Amino acid sequence: MDFGDSLQTRTRTSGQVIFVLAGLVATLFLLSQLTGQTEWSDRARNIASQPRLWPAVALIVMLAGFGAQFWRLRRRRPNLLDRLEMRRWAEPVEYLLWFMAFVLAVPVLGFLPMSIVFACTLTWRLGYRTRGMLGLAAAFALGVVILFKGFLGVNIPGAAIYQALPDGLRGFFLTYL
Amino acid sequence: MDLFLSAIDVLARWDVALALFVGAIGGVAIGAIPGVGPAVAIAILLPATFSMDPIVGLTLLLGIYGSSMFGGAIPAILINTPGTAVNALTTYDGFPMTQRGEGRRALSLAYSSSFLGGIFSVLCLILLSPVLARIAPMFGSREIFLAALLGIILVVVAHRGQMAVAAALAGFGILIGTVGLEPAAYTRRFTFGQSWLASGFDLIVVVLGLFALSQAFLLLTMDDEKIRLPRSRGSILQGFRELARHPRVAGVSASFGVLMGMIPGVGEFTAQFMSYTSARKLSKTPEAFGHGSSEGLIASETANNAVPAAAMIPLLALGIPGEALTAMMLSVFYVHNVVPGPGLFQNDMDFVVALYLALLALNVIVLVFLLVSTGWLVHLTRIPNRFLGMCIMLLSFVGIYSIRNSAVDCIIAAVFGLLGYVLKRLNLPIVPIILGMVLGGIMEVKFRAAMARVRTPWEFIERPIAMLLFVVIVLIVLSTAWRVWREWAPVDRRSPQKKAARAFVGRIRGRTTRHFENRLKRQRRTRFYDHMGS
Repeated sequence: MDFGDSLQTRTRTSGQVIFVLAGLVATLFLLSQLTGQTEWSDRARNIASQPRLWPAVALIVMLAGFGAQFWRLRRRRPNLLDRLEMRRWAEPVEYLLWFMAFVLAVPVLGFLPMSIVFACTLTWRLGYRTRGMLGLAAAFALGVVILFKGFLGVNIPGAAIYQALPDGLRGFFLTYL
Repeated sequence: MDLFLSAIDVLARWDVALALFVGAIGGVAIGAIPGVGPAVAIAILLPATFSMDPIVGLTLLLGIYGSSMFGGAIPAILINTPGTAVNALTTYDGFPMTQRGEGRRALSLAYSSSFLGGIFSVLCLILLSPVLARIAPMFGSREIFLAALLGIILVVVAHRGQMAVAAALAGFGILIGTVGLEPAAYTRRFTFGQSWLASGFDLIVVVLGLFALSQAFLLLTMDDEKIRLPRSRGSILQGFRELARHPRVAGVSASFGVLMGMIPGVGEFTAQFMSYTSARKLSKTPEAFGHGSSEGLIASETANNAVPAAAMIPLLALGIPGEALTAMMLSVFYVHNVVPGPGLFQNDMDFVVALYLALLALNVIVLVFLLVSTGWLVHLTRIPNRFLGMCIMLLSFVGIYSIRNSAVDCIIAAVFGLLGYVLKRLNLPIVPIILGMVLGGIMEVKFRAAMARVRTPWEFIERPIAMLLFVVIVLIVLSTAWRVWREWAPVDRRSPQKKAARAFVGRIRGRTTRHFENRLKRQRRTRFYDHMGS
């Protein structure tokens, strides 16, 4: 093997055929929708002003790219290894659900409380169950809220639950936590 | 001199100094943690910088960008895991040195080389400024369109061995950039009647999904590694003396870094790959490369640290980002209504010079910080992977949700996070999607503006810079086509069993006795069949 070749990035073989096939099918579907989802304007002065031009260019490039990759694949029919790799792709779905639950809970229950709950429960779920790790997770969540909402003032709205707080605390919680 | 003083005036503010300091130290720490990287950190911090002054926000992001590669060398050298993706080649020579007990020497070489690369590229940037200020106004719509097209072509060509899929992903990036309400005729494109798609995909949401969330998913589904930090001897300053003994390797590598950084779509990978292979060719001991060669370490670290400052050239002068990180920075400019491009050099030169000086100061701060803090920075590599994944997920939420307080944005980012996870599992590149999205938008606008002024195709390329860019594009396309044609080989689709059977038949074909004549034996030896036939 050439030394230069040994420094090249290599695509993982297992799962590649499924990814490329999915890309190809999605491209063909989008290409079939091109006339319905984009317009051909009669008022356009030239081809560059046509709203359809760039989606068409993008889809043609995608079709050529995925097509060439599929054509050059060593194995065009998925086997057991591809199916196992596909199962690995589904693994993060659990964490995606954790993330979405957190997203939906923050506007209701508050950024600070939910961050601490999210960080500690996810840390527990991941198998770090010592007091030290749980404390570290809570401290991290507290630090993120203080840094981003308290100091940098990022735009995360106050929670509905903060409305139940006494007058003095409500304003502080809505603004900083 | 007035320009220099007004640039100092821009920088001499407590918030800019703080941003520079936090960016530099934060970048080193982020680089030293394998699995985070500058792209994740910049994507997360991007929305937070929107409320800052442009110079403060950009200094913070530049600090992270410029310093993360310094920090990325620490785990690459000590535990054979690159802290950032561009430190991958550092492991080739850094880790073998650590195994020999020369970890401190390797770290010192990496710091000094990185410092040299960083300073060299900032000096090039400063020296090139007058030229850029003169050339940049010559870039009209057609030149910017051709430069963006060149960037797209180069990002595809740079992924050697993955060109077809990189092209497809760049096309995908262009496509998602077109979704939503089209700005010229106000028609909808690929919205499928969904109101949430009318405003299109936000670049930052896509970036956070593809870089930050995908990395969180990857870390959360990984096993933790047992990190053993080896003992090492030597002085942390000896690398500076050693670097002085290899001026040619350092000079060539820094030049490659600057050159590759300036060309849109190429970036750190190609820079360090080219500098590493050329350093190997120039070396008197090429066999030592990959086994702890100091020249190899100098080549890779000098080249990758020379890129960040050079990558600012197309961004500042033309408004064209050369890679994913500068594409993210482009959005900071737009948010503050500062339009990078030819006008920036004419109207806000003090701002540009202030950025150069910030980059210069950054390298000094990082070097001093590393020299005093390497001892505790190495412990950052001990953070467990999955815990780190949880931290990135929490920070990603801040980045995504603070843009528009939209749960839909979070869903979009999560879907792109899954896509990024699959791409990372398959070892496929993400950068073409981001560059396709950004450069596709630029190409559409500039092509429309350019075509309104030309009547014949020849007029499109008749101006000198347009002609030069066109010729470069044609040469790159032709040379790539030539290389692909020359290296073309039919795909071997046989199963391993069939291949073995076929090889065996080939070996025994025509054999009449158990023993071969000497001539035949010799022939077989040259064909690497010598272990058979006796």
